[in-house]
This record gives sequence, structure tokens and C-alpha cells, in this order.
Amino acid sequence: MRLRTLATFSPFLIAAATLLAACGSSHGGSAITLYNGQHEQTTAALVAAFEKQTGIRVNVRTGDEATLGDQILQEGENSPADVFYTENTPVLEALREKGLLASVSPSTLTAVPSRYDSAQGDWVGVSARVSVLVYNTSQIAPSQLPGSVLELAEPRWKGKVGFAPSETDFQPLITAIVKLDGLATAERWLKGLQANSKIYPDNETVVAQVNNGESAVGLINHYYWYRLRDEVGMAGVHSKLHYYAPGDPGDLVDVSGAAVLKSSSHQAAAQAFVAFLVSRIGQETIAHSHSYEYPLRLGVSPAPALRPLAQLKPAPLTPAELGDGRGALALEQQLGLL
Amino acid sequence: MLNARAFAEPIASRWTQTWSGRRRWPLVSIAGAAIAGALVLLPLAFLVIQAQESGWAEVQRLLLRHSVAVLLWNTLRLTLACTVLCAWVGVGAAWCVERTNLPARRLWAVVLVLPLGVPDFVVGFGWVSIDPALHGYLAAVMIMTLSLYPLVYLPVASALANLDAGLEEAARSLGLGPWQTFRRVTLRQIWPAVLGGCLLVTLALLAEYGVFEIVQYRTFTVEIFTEFKLGFDTAAACLLSLVLVVLSIAALGGELALGGRGRSWRTGPGAGRIAPRVALGRLSAPVLTGLSALSGLALGAPLGALVYWMLRGSSTTLPSGSILAAVGHTAFYSAAAAALATALAVPVTALAIRHRNRVTLLIERLAYLPMALPGLVIALGLVAFSVHHAFALYQSALELIVAYAILFLPLAVVGVRSAMGQVPPRLEEVARSLGCRPASVWRRVTLPLIAPGLGAAFALVFISAATELTATLLLRPTGVNTLATQFWAYTSELSYGAAAPYAGLMVAISAIPAYLLSRRMTTLARSERTR
Repeated sequence: MRLRTLATFSPFLIAAATLLAACGSSHGGSAITLYNGQHEQTTAALVAAFEKQTGIRVNVRTGDEATLGDQILQEGENSPADVFYTENTPVLEALREKGLLASVSPSTLTAVPSRYDSAQGDWVGVSARVSVLVYNTSQIAPSQLPGSVLELAEPRWKGKVGFAPSETDFQPLITAIVKLDGLATAERWLKGLQANSKIYPDNETVVAQVNNGESAVGLINHYYWYRLRDEVGMAGVHSKLHYYAPGDPGDLVDVSGAAVLKSSSHQAAAQAFVAFLVSRIGQETIAHSHSYEYPLRLGVSPAPALRPLAQLKPAPLTPAELGDGRGALALEQQLGLL
Repeated sequence: MLNARAFAEPIASRWTQTWSGRRRWPLVSIAGAAIAGALVLLPLAFLVIQAQESGWAEVQRLLLRHSVAVLLWNTLRLTLACTVLCAWVGVGAAWCVERTNLPARRLWAVVLVLPLGVPDFVVGFGWVSIDPALHGYLAAVMIMTLSLYPLVYLPVASALANLDAGLEEAARSLGLGPWQTFRRVTLRQIWPAVLGGCLLVTLALLAEYGVFEIVQYRTFTVEIFTEFKLGFDTAAACLLSLVLVVLSIAALGGELALGGRGRSWRTGPGAGRIAPRVALGRLSAPVLTGLSALSGLALGAPLGALVYWMLRGSSTTLPSGSILAAVGHTAFYSAAAAALATALAVPVTALAIRHRNRVTLLIERLAYLPMALPGLVIALGLVAFSVHHAFALYQSALELIVAYAILFLPLAVVGVRSAMGQVPPRLEEVARSLGCRPASVWRRVTLPLIAPGLGAAFALVFISAATELTATLLLRPTGVNTLATQFWAYTSELSYGAAAPYAGLMVAISAIPAYLLSRRMTTLARSERTR
């Protein structure tokens, strides 16, 4: 009977014990906190190298970059984050517009070509990837491939295209077309693409489905293909990458960036971390990781498998010009793509 | 509403008569219910405050456009179809396991609950791996029914296991056939459990995002996530979430009107007995086939995809030490949250059943609302509150546990309610009349009687918390990983092989409470029978 009573009460005892235990724990000392929207493994390598070099400890909090952005917006003045490192720049632009970012120190900004930095100097570009077309080699011959991303809206591509309209990589493409060819073209293109395509939840699925032959071609960033190749092995690869013609709006460089939060009480250490990301060691760490991103610092070469960034002739738009993507989002909502 | 009142009034008046002349309020219960109510109101207050920030122009942009009608229609037709299907599947499976001589019943009792332990992002991932072309309404209905039916199955199975045979036997002796007896007697007795389960399914569907994103089915919640993720517009997302609140209030009212408050304590004197099991005979084969098909689809599809990736993927590595830490964190947070949610659900339910009035009923209904809100909204509500008013708690283990408890309080309430509804108040009255103090009555009479319900509540919350991702990413202590966050981190790097063991462990960890729960129910039934 005693035992049974104890068993009945045990959940409550556990609850009480937990509350006590949890109250005892506290937050750490003088280390910096990194809100990380980048892929976890790349960041882990960078953090390890930084800690070794400087002795400053970095607490990493990995999450979905957009959700982390929403979280920082809520946290405002009291944010525990010192540095925010993201896969894309629209979320950094959104925080900049709300005045939540501190200026990045000028020497850090000059480490990479200025076209990859925030126009106001509030965030720095760290690495880049190129938007490309992935195609299934048994369904599409190289001669059939389009020179421009705009062609994918033509009727001959009906049922052949796959893309992920809800991914943060897709809005820059829309914004680029709006800026280079006008709103009407962008709207027509989206409608045509919508009629031709299968919609997938994310880029990982797009590249996997093109590789499986579910879709003949897919709109992705180059590194998803290299990562899939690593996972399935060469024997499992039935697809290749195609680069659009130079200057095409589809030929876009998407940048991963980092910023220091204005609310951070460890400004010096936070600036040191951001500086480290674009330092030679930091950039080489990125180049040697399996993320297959382009380092942006001049003189650091990317993974050998990649076509050198200098050989690419991307659309004449900077990440800063691509903004926070709200216009593209409104367009997608209007057409029912989201 | 009128029906509900007509149904409730005689019971309520009976209460004031029988719960002795002194209508003393149980202070402990009131305090507990007040805490629960305050915790639930916290994210709701956040919603309203944020939504107010968007002006009339935003209301027009978001709510008064053509696609809102589409979203509403999509949400409603999916919720209706899935809820009805879950009710049929859940009740049917529960009856087969609890009331027939089905072979390997103990195994089925665990297997049938397990789909709850497979997180939605694993389910969606599994189905898309099998058939990439799967999308739209029918795909959404199928996948959601397969993953949510346990929410009906669990409370119904627990109600069936504790059902007294007396009424059914009386019905049979008065000439009703087996089907008529089931429909008019058994079903009526388990009706609160059925409705409670259906309510949970409805609310869970309103808040679902992961699966719908994958099968491209647009509901309100998908739209809310778009505003959060691509627009960084919290005000707009909260404005849209208010629509979910309105829809769930309709569902909560609907459940009341359909008689979800009914009680089913025994009528006859003497000890209760568990009814003998129905011999399936020639029906054994089809019933087994049906249950196998159900579990095969609900568990086999997602788990099959995982096994495939573990064998195929080159990133597959032997789980390292970090996986143990992830298991430890997941188990600890989930157990603590399950205990807290169960502890909060008891006073909420006790007051709503034993001291029913507008306030207690309102608190009980409020306790269901978190289920219908996307986890992101609730988590951001807690972020906003704690960052400004309780910074010491921000991103602490305690905050994460409280967040889980708020998110899954509805599950605990349903578990506790179905058990408490079956406790004959007369037993408590007898104990009181024999001189037991109220606290002692609780400990010695009520708690042992509702123990299976507490177990069900604990298991439901534990399993749901162990697979939670959104709130975990926002509120976990910095640097801490759970199984869900690790799975997510690996899949977002396309390292499916490395991710698979984490999902497998999530299912395994959920099997423990599911197993204990089924054992608890069968031992209880056995001890009743031999008495």
C-alpha cells in the first residue's frame, strides 16, 4: 500500500525535484553566445578554431535562421546573443531595418569584396553559393539546357521543373528578376513556373527528386548537389549541375553573413569572432569543410570540386540590393505559391 | 449548448446535495488550477498584444483577401475528415485490443500507440522518400489520420479497460443484440473519451505544420509559418493565429454540445467486473490483417525510410557519446514536463468535474487552447515574457519544461478527465462519512482510482514532448541537444544516415511509457477480474 501511494505520487515528486534542480542552474560567465543559422558542422569547425586561437569560449545555439531572427526581434535589448551567423542575408537585413545590429569593424568589412557586405556596414558576407539548375542526366541532354532561368516558364518545360518556393533561397531569385527585368516579367515568370513545376518543401528534396528522376530539372543552390553526392556516393548520382549564361538573373550569388548584435555586452569579443570568420584561417576552415561553400576572402580557394568563383559571371546585383525579400514574398503570396 | 446544460444540470444539482451540506472549496485544487490557467493565458496574452500592433491595413492584407477563404476551407475540410476517420480507427482498434481475444494483445497495445512517438517531420520525410509525388488533400488526410489516431485510441482503450460489465449485461439480458448493446450502452459510456480524443485530434490538426508543408497543403498554420519564416512579421503571424483561437473555441464548444462532459460511473451496487472478452473466431484473420495494415502504414512507412537511409547513407556513423547526452536530456525534460502537466491537469479537471461552475469550466476549456496554437507562437510568447520579466529563467531547463507542460497540458487533461469521469462520487462520499479528511480521501480513494488516467496523461505528454522540435529550438539551454534537435540538424545537412539513429531512438524512448501504460491497464483489469 505504501509503495502504491509512493508510485501514485511519484510524478509530483519528480516535478518538484525538477523545479528545484532547474532553479539551481545558471547562465555561464564571460563567453560569447552565437546564434547560429548556418549548418551546424561548419560552424562547429569554425568555433573550435576560434576558441583555440583566442581562448574566448563560444556558446553555440543552432536553429532555423528565420526562427532565430524572430527570436532576436522578441528579445530586443535583452538578447543573450552576441553574434548572429546566418545562411542568407534577408534575415540580417530585417534585423538591420529594426536597428538591432551594431556596425561591423571596418577592417573586417575590407577582408572580403565590399559587394558582399551590407551597404550600411552592419553585416559582413562570409561565404557564398551560386544558384544553378540541377538536371537529371538520363532525361535531359546538355543541348536542351536553358541559357536563362526565365526560359523555365516556357511551355516546353511543362511537368519537368521542381522548386521550393518556401525556401529562403528562392526569394532572392524573384527579387533579382524584378530588379533586372521588371515586376511584370517576374509575375509572368512565376505564373509560368507554377504551371510547369512540382513544388517541394525544401532544396534538399528538390535535389534528391531530380536525382531520382521525379523532376527533370530543379532550381537549387550548387552546394546541395555536392552534399547529396557525398551522402549517396558517386554511384548513386544521376544528375549534374548547369550554370546559367553570364549575367542572367538566375545566375545569382547568395551570401551567408554574420553580424554583431547592438545589445551585446561583449562587443570586443563578438567583433573578434566576426573578424575571425573572414580571416584566412576562418575562410580556409570553410573551404575545407564539407559544406561546399565558396569562401569570399580573396586568395582562399574553394573546395577543388567547385568551379572557381572568379570564373562565374553572376547577375550584377549585390546581396544588400536583394534586401529583406518582403516584396518577393508578397508576390508569391499573391500568386498562391505560399 | 442547450443540450449540454440540460445534460449537466441534474448532475450538478445532485452534486450539491451529495457532496455534503458544506461546500468548502478545496484550496489546493484552486491554487493548482489558477497556476495552470495563468500559464495558458501567458501565450494568449502575447498573441493579442502582438496582433494589436498590426493596423487595419494589415488586417485587410491578411484576413480580407480571397485566399483566406481557401485557407479556411482547406483547414475545415481536413479537420473534419481526419477527426471522423481518427474516431473510427481509434475506437475500432481500442475495442479489438481491450474487448476481444485478439492474439498478442499486449504487443498491439504498445504498437498501436507508437505512431505518436514518430515526430511529424520524420513522418513527412518518410512518406516523401517513398512517394515523392504525394501531395494535396488526400495525402494530408491519410498521413494525419495515421499519425493522430492514437489520440483517440489511448483514452478510449483506457475507458474500455475500466468499463464495468454490469450495464452491458443488463442490456443483453433485456434483449439487445451485440451491436445494439455496443451502440446504446458501451459507446455511451466511452463517449466522453471518444469526444475528448476527437477534440485533441481537431486541435492538433489546427496547429500542424510540418506534414502540410511537405505535402503542400495550405492551412492557416502554414500561412502563419510563412509570415514568421519569410516575412519576419510576428504581428501578422499572431493576427492569423487569432483565427486559430476562434476555430478552436468553436471546436471546444462543439465538444461540450455533443456531450463531452458526460460521466460514466457505475450504477449497480457491488464490485465492478470487467466484461469477458469477445471471441473473434473466424474474424481473427481479418482483424489481424486490418491492425497490421494500420501499424504497417503508420509506423512502417516512416521507420522504413529511416532504415533505408541508415543502410544507404554514407554519413551513417556509430552513435557517439553525444547521442547518450541527447537521450538523457530528452528523457529528463519529457519526464519532468509530463509530471508537471499531469500535476496541473488534476486540479483543473477535478474542479471542472466536482465543482462545476462557469469559472472552473472556463479554466478547463482554456487548458485545451495551447494544443491548437503552433508551437512557435507559444514559444515566442514565453520568450517575450521571460526575456523582459524573468530573465533568470530565460533559456533554462525549467523554462523548456514549463513550455512543454503548457503545450501538452490538453493531453494531460484528457487523460485525467476520462479517468475521473469514471470515479463514482459515492465512494468519496462514503470515505468522508467514515471520517476521512478531504486530503486523505484524495490520497486513499480518488488517486488510486484515477491512477490509470494519470498514467495515460503522463505517457501522452512524455511522448509528445520527446518529439517536440519548434519550442525546443527556441527555449532549450544554449548548447544542449535533444534527439529532435539533433535529427533536425543532421537532416538539414542532408546527412540522413547520421540522422536516422536519432529518430529511431525517439520512437524507442516513446515505447517505454507506451509499454508501461499498457501493462498498467492490463494488470488493473486482471486484478479486478480475480477480485
